[in-house]
Amino acid sequence: MIRSDVLRTLVPVISNHFVVCNIGLPSQELHMLDDQPTNFYMLGTMGLASSIGLGVALAQSKKVISIDGDGSVLTNFGTLPTIANNVADNFILLIIDNGSYGSTGDQPTYAGMKTSLAKVAEACGCENVIECQAEECADVMKAALASDRMTIIVCKCESGNIPVSVITTDPVVIRDRFMNALKEANA
Amino acid sequence: MSIDAKIVADLVKNDVKLVTTVPCKQLAGVIAEVDRSEDIYHIPANKEDEGIGICAGAFMGGKRAAIIMQNTALGVTVNTLVTLTQFYRMPLPMLISYRGELGEPVACQVEMAVHTKALLNQLHIPTYHFHHESDAEELDKILQYTFMCNKPVAILTDATFWKGY
Repeated sequence: MIRSDVLRTLVPVISNHFVVCNIGLPSQELHMLDDQPTNFYMLGTMGLASSIGLGVALAQSKKVISIDGDGSVLTNFGTLPTIANNVADNFILLIIDNGSYGSTGDQPTYAGMKTSLAKVAEACGCENVIECQAEECADVMKAALASDRMTIIVCKCESGNIPVSVITTDPVVIRDRFMNALKEANA
Repeated sequence: MSIDAKIVADLVKNDVKLVTTVPCKQLAGVIAEVDRSEDIYHIPANKEDEGIGICAGAFMGGKRAAIIMQNTALGVTVNTLVTLTQFYRMPLPMLISYRGELGEPVACQVEMAVHTKALLNQLHIPTYHFHHESDAEELDKILQYTFMCNKPVAILTDATFWKGY
């Protein structure tokens, strides 16, 4: 399974939750599969999906899922100690780890070599870290959502991409509808 | 009231509920005051762009947020300021220590100081410079302005303002 297959299995599980989605192909794939106001698509700023998601989770009570990638987490490694030390039990960080920089041409990342992101997250102090295979991801996500505990999921999958369109929605529209959905859900 | 307490009181008055910080010696007092405040959630960041990401999330979650950082890190934040804060039109007060100005003992700090205002100007970030303690009287209005216009706004605070090192 490649990342878009994982996202396809996840949609029924995460569709009713707030999602902050990583720049590039992950956002484009989620947009294609299940576009809705509860999705915040990052159109730029590689590496910050986990930071933005943590901020949303700390600011209000609804569950927030950040969909990140191994390359992006490597870009913003400082995020893991911050997450570990600022526990938000309404926050789930899903790192889809395909061992490559998918959006830029599948160049290999160190996460696909010697570096274990799950072990790094644990060493940073994250308490609920689960590494799973692509086929298990939807079930692991279901359990994480039910647990009401901050969870870091590292989902290993194969490298590869599908043809998908660029998101042309104006960023202010993406942000505004996301904020309104959050406001309504918290009302 | 100390200048540190006054700055934090203005943040609280303007409903800032989350502050992310990356330390600077000059900002130590105000960071300690943020940490003590019962009205503010203090979240230290490991890097300034990470902090700006957290602020963006908090804002979307309905809480006003601000960053406290050093000017030497401005380069680290350029892409985030442009493609997140500005592209999605979000407010962000940036309280910045302006290292490398008069009284600076470390020559290397001057190297970023000479680029600080030029970078902020290039990024079209409204910029205020606190040199005398009385300049901080404008902080309340600067914060109101930031949340009115949904932009990042920089407040540079130099060594004279902090009464030396």
